[in-house]
Amino acid sequence: MLSRADEFKQRSTAALLDPELKRAMGKAKGGFQEKRRNAVDLLPEFEALKQTARELKEHTLHNLDFYLERYEEAVTAAGGQVHWASTTEEAREIILKICRDAGAKRVTKGKSMVGEEMGINEVLERAGFEPVETDLGEYIIQLAKEPPSHIIAPAVHMTKDQITDLFHAHHQKYGLTGRVTEVAAIVNEARTVLRDKFLSADVGITGANFLIAETGSSIIVTNEGNGDLTNTLPPVHIVTAGIEKVVPTLEDVSTILRLLARSATGQETSVYTTFSTGPKRSRDLDGPSEYHVVLLDNGRSQMLGNEFHEMLRCIRCGACMNHCPVYQSVGGHAYGWVYPGPMGSVLTPLMVGLDKSFDLPNACTLNGRCKEVCPMSIPLPDMLRKLRERGYDQRLMPLRARAALRLWAYFARRPKLYRLATRIGMGLLGALGKRRGRFRWLPFASGWTDARDLPAPQGVTFQAALKKRGRGT
Amino acid sequence: MSGARERVLANIRAALNRKGPMTDSVTAALDARLKTPRANVKPAVEGDVVERFIQKMESVHGAVTRVAAMEKVSEAVDDHLKQHGLPLELVVAPDPGLEDIRWSNRFAIERRAASGSDRVSVTGAFAGLAETGTLVLLSGPESPTTLNFLPDDHIVVLRVERIVTHMEDVWARLRKERGQMPRTVNFITGPSKTADVEQTIQEGAHGPRRLRVILVG
Repeated sequence: MLSRADEFKQRSTAALLDPELKRAMGKAKGGFQEKRRNAVDLLPEFEALKQTARELKEHTLHNLDFYLERYEEAVTAAGGQVHWASTTEEAREIILKICRDAGAKRVTKGKSMVGEEMGINEVLERAGFEPVETDLGEYIIQLAKEPPSHIIAPAVHMTKDQITDLFHAHHQKYGLTGRVTEVAAIVNEARTVLRDKFLSADVGITGANFLIAETGSSIIVTNEGNGDLTNTLPPVHIVTAGIEKVVPTLEDVSTILRLLARSATGQETSVYTTFSTGPKRSRDLDGPSEYHVVLLDNGRSQMLGNEFHEMLRCIRCGACMNHCPVYQSVGGHAYGWVYPGPMGSVLTPLMVGLDKSFDLPNACTLNGRCKEVCPMSIPLPDMLRKLRERGYDQRLMPLRARAALRLWAYFARRPKLYRLATRIGMGLLGALGKRRGRFRWLPFASGWTDARDLPAPQGVTFQAALKKRGRGT
Repeated sequence: MSGARERVLANIRAALNRKGPMTDSVTAALDARLKTPRANVKPAVEGDVVERFIQKMESVHGAVTRVAAMEKVSEAVDDHLKQHGLPLELVVAPDPGLEDIRWSNRFAIERRAASGSDRVSVTGAFAGLAETGTLVLLSGPESPTTLNFLPDDHIVVLRVERIVTHMEDVWARLRKERGQMPRTVNFITGPSKTADVEQTIQEGAHGPRRLRVILVG
């Protein structure tokens, strides 16, 4: 998918002014947070599971070459094929070739973020295939010709009324001419339309939440059952997965699965957790006769060796964005690429380039909630800070900001001068702002005062106040 | 693309600072970890496993009927069909474990994989999972996977002795009884659902609208 992460400022400004988006995001936010909280509270072993999951994932990453080779051997032994791709271009070619060899027309798709990395829908369309997203949220945004705005709830930015309009516009060709306005009717209409697509698909593409080295299995976790119809009905099943998805054993994945649904949707477990291993066996009455796995690197192996290594533990649950005040305000599209929110602000610079996404790591309040709720204990704020440092070193920061930082650093290194300067500054602002208690406008501060007033300081610096209080006690 | 395979692996090895191939002792230790998998943290599951299974399954709107013996299954299926106004047509998995059911001759029964227009399927299950109220079904000639997803109503016959506590117990049983992974292992916890329209939970997304467990024993 083409990145527009360099337009973050414009896109987030537009998002903040979009009343529909505000309404949709407002509805989602509390639900995600409260459900997760309840699910975690009900499991006393949650912290112990987190610790174990972190350790076993680190163990796997430190031996990633070994586990990927064992995984490949197991897939082959089960009659499947593993295809390796170091770039998204390579991955697209592999998928196109499999579809062509299968003589395919219609390709059903389960939700896959790696598929989004490749922009696989567009590629399939251009090559003359008919890709059909089958996860309801993905189906909705495919009709709207939009990218997902959340990694587990792709249409979270849309309201029910918008979906009603969209279905009305697109479903008349199937003879469904009425407007569906209730959630039940909307879901039922999608079920009807997609049922025919499932049954007539030639290839099914799904993602993978995990890959298992022990057995060569790929795992998908869904609530709708769309992934299962995608990987059972067509004669060819293609799995797309990042190389970091592998875990050693069935026991290991059991541990991480206990964290995934609770962190994502607050469920103890998703409705369907499905382990696929190879194509149908000789006496099976259904199932695909071909099973392919496309293993994608796309910058992951680079991360393995640098300070962003821990990001490879990510299991794509979405808890970080569900708890991020920036994401909650601007929505996922502002981030401009596949992965939004805190995890996206780390991944996009690493996969697309920091020079094309420098605003993302800066659009963070460093409040630390993402790190707190991350089931894999990924230090997201630390990584965002490192990316800011990288950006400073690479001179990606605007000149004025660099100059301001340098000025601040000059004073910060000279405590006496710093105290003197802040005392004068605060005294002055305190006196000027005494009458109103706030400023509507200040020189050099329009970035703040354009959108809101700046509260006037009380006239005393923090350090001075602290000193005084210390003396008083 | 074999070139890509070598490139990816070489990049990984470079990132991990590996100077040469892994030593035999390291490989042996890693292989041992794969061949004798160990369970990690298993959450405490208190109380009777059958009660727990029922409570958890019902909490996600899976219906549970408990009957004393296989002879009673036909009646329980009949009740389900009546309750939801369904036709007396069943697609039953060709599962030897279901042979003891004495089907009422009122039913029209076919034993095969599912088609898109089937209303009701009846299958067995490999296991039940008390931890989360989950059914475990293995694909095979006796248990076609489409029966678990295409029909509106999925009725699962589960013997109480097949209920285990944790997911890890399923793996132990699978290794012991089957020796290898079937094409598909389905963990199913309740009827199909979605929350993609304004985060409102709606059942009957793409899979079964209703899930009924008939617990035998």
